Amino acid sequence: MNDELRYLAARAAAGRLNRRAFLGRAAALGATSVAANTLLSGAARAAGPKNGGTLTMGLGGGQSTDSLDPALAASQVPYMYLQTAGDRLTDVAPDGSIMMKLAEEVSSSKDAKTWTFKIRKGVTFQNGKPLTADDVKQTMERHSDKNSKSGALGIMKGIASMKVDGDNFVVELHTANADLPYLMSDYHLVIQPGGGMDDPMAGIFAGPYKIKHFEPGVRIVFEKYPEYWDKDVGHYDTIQMLVINDSTARNAALQSGQVQMVNSVEPRVADLLKRAPHMEVAVTSGRGFYCFNMFCNTKPFANNDLRMALKLGIDREELVKKILAGYGSVGNDMPVNKAYPLFDDTIPQRTYDPDKARHHLKKSGYDGKIVLLTADGAFSGAVDAAQLYQQSAAKAGIKITVQRAPNDGYWTEVWNKKPFAASYWGGRPTQDQMYSTAYISSAAWNDTRFKDPKFDKIIVEARGELDKAKRKEMYREAGMIIRDHGGLINPMFNQFLNAFDNTKVAGWEANPNGDMMNGLAGVLCYQA
Amino acid sequence: MNIVLKLVAQRIALGILLLLAASVLIFVGTNILPGDVAQSILGQSATPQALANLRAELGLNQPAYLRYLEWLGGVLHGNLGHSLTNGQDIATAISGRLANTLFLASVAAVIAVPLAVTLGLIAVRYRDRWPDKLISAITLTSVSLPEFLLGYIVIYFLAVKFHVAPSVATIYPGMSLLQKLHAVILPALVLVLVVQGQMMRMTRAAVLNLMQSAYIETAELKGLRPFLIIARHAFPNAISPIINVVMINLAYLVVGIVVTEVVFTYPGMGQYLVDHVAKRDIPVVQASALIFAAVYIGLNMLADVVSILTNPRLRHPK
Repeated sequence: MNDELRYLAARAAAGRLNRRAFLGRAAALGATSVAANTLLSGAARAAGPKNGGTLTMGLGGGQSTDSLDPALAASQVPYMYLQTAGDRLTDVAPDGSIMMKLAEEVSSSKDAKTWTFKIRKGVTFQNGKPLTADDVKQTMERHSDKNSKSGALGIMKGIASMKVDGDNFVVELHTANADLPYLMSDYHLVIQPGGGMDDPMAGIFAGPYKIKHFEPGVRIVFEKYPEYWDKDVGHYDTIQMLVINDSTARNAALQSGQVQMVNSVEPRVADLLKRAPHMEVAVTSGRGFYCFNMFCNTKPFANNDLRMALKLGIDREELVKKILAGYGSVGNDMPVNKAYPLFDDTIPQRTYDPDKARHHLKKSGYDGKIVLLTADGAFSGAVDAAQLYQQSAAKAGIKITVQRAPNDGYWTEVWNKKPFAASYWGGRPTQDQMYSTAYISSAAWNDTRFKDPKFDKIIVEARGELDKAKRKEMYREAGMIIRDHGGLINPMFNQFLNAFDNTKVAGWEANPNGDMMNGLAGVLCYQA
Repeated sequence: MNIVLKLVAQRIALGILLLLAASVLIFVGTNILPGDVAQSILGQSATPQALANLRAELGLNQPAYLRYLEWLGGVLHGNLGHSLTNGQDIATAISGRLANTLFLASVAAVIAVPLAVTLGLIAVRYRDRWPDKLISAITLTSVSLPEFLLGYIVIYFLAVKFHVAPSVATIYPGMSLLQKLHAVILPALVLVLVVQGQMMRMTRAAVLNLMQSAYIETAELKGLRPFLIIARHAFPNAISPIINVVMINLAYLVVGIVVTEVVFTYPGMGQYLVDHVAKRDIPVVQASALIFAAVYIGLNMLADVVSILTNPRLRHPK
């Protein structure tokens, strides 16, 4: 029996038997589906990825306003094309560790204030010019210039000085930061020849694919860059990204075979899509969450008992079930979860408790109306989520009034402006980055107006702590402060839902760092 | 003939004046949009510092009337400026998108206009009998359904179920005409269904109106075949109202099909405009709006001129 199974697996891996047929015949031979799947992926690895062919993806999240300048990237499609065409010094591996890209090695001084990146040798840009430490330095200078428009400007602020030392790029920090290699993996910090100073939109990078046609919001075509340093990736000859923002149109394109892979499958259609022939829905838990933010410095939210009442009055399980169709996990009023390195998962989970909520509401002495602003643009399903919240809170005597705001201008007029509003965060690679971005007193996007010197102190100290056990303990303490005193109501972490045709595409691996295998789906997948 | 030339010149002058008025409206409209360009470009993750830098770079600190005059001057010199968001030359970017929009509109129009007129004439010929009722029922249904629903129905049956035509209508330079035509089968079909109803109804109504006239009765008494009477004697005199409706629908095919573009992922002007409105990319929005206004005014002017030429009463006003 085993020989026959192995033979079938080899045939399936070579593409002569489709996956579904293989699993069916394996079941007939008495193998469990887990065993059969393991066998199949083992055989696929043994056969090795196939090279050649074209991958066409249908992607939501692209506009005709998208730019080739990495500094301006802010949505899914730019993220995808920068990951496909460009490389940074480092990247974050699926397990949360640091992966070396254009830096070969990274080391730090004992106080974590001086960091040395050894630049990889023999790397060339897609215009044929060799990569030097100067290109790296100029790239970082462009993003850290105080007149820069870069989305990475905030995280470059900790840098005191940069210099080139032979093949090394040396960074000097104002204060210690053990996470600098993670910061250098930020998706804006794609290394460009000459730092992109002359022409930031030239579209020349040092990644595995070269951009051949760039029509923002319509289509982007790549061809393999044969001189790419890592020969284990980049199996397709050509990659084509079609921007399809309408979710129904995206699914239709996948089912009719015009594209082989799509992103952002809506949770409510994921189960239907799974049942269609050859369709595989890949579900990945990430770090993104959907939330309601309260301003801790504005009445009535300035009272922690009221904040606690609102945290206890939300039915997290119900929201995950109804808004995410089960494709997510409950949040714990912290912006981090177990997808983060150094996360302590023994922190108790907060649950829906109308009685306790009523108790805290009484203690707060507030019994007026509470206005919650929401819009579909805040996150997918935000209006429904606010209404469900209103009902669950009403059972605890909390009177929430849901007010709908227009999508257009939500991020400029409502988010971070109104004291109680729906929002989302895409997450960051490390806990430090997430907390520093939005929860320390001085953060520009402190969207809960949370200001606690003790919390700030823990974050700064943890940043420079190189002992991982100690650091983990510090993050537990910081997390507990936010959970019990902060203004964040985090009912749910969403998941990335992508789908592909499993008779055409192989090599999918879950990567919690971002949508579509952290944007690397085109670079790592291959023809089935 | 002189009087015709004078009338046409008048129309054109009026059109230009109207366009100038539209340009003021467009400029004012884009300036009172809520929200901030810099914030929209940089998104949720923008730092206050980066925002301030971008605002200064975009020249948003100048007074509005100066910016209007500068913009108008540029437009008159054929210079539409550069996109704020991705730095592309607007004239180049728009010309590609406009060509796509005109291509799809022409394909749809070439099918829809003759079809609608023919169906209208058939409906008149068999007035109140089953062909008339069938035509009315079908056209009214397709007009009443929202475009996106028609689009989804067409995609479900013709693309997903039976693989007749592609659901993604993305066309790009380098495709042959045949490939392009193949790509736009479904969106063209939806647009034909959407626009032919109104044109067909107007043809039917206008021709029916004339069928009561004395000269039609004469033609009938002469023993001419009914369809010949409709096509030769009634239709030419009904052209004026029909041409007006046809032009409005043609204008719609150019300026109003953003929903169809989204459903079929067609790279036309509509999606281009919407993306740039969302990002507050003002120069692009202004340029697109101006082009839309020009198309609308131009086609309506054409309808007027054709009406004048085909109607002796308008050609010789007292």
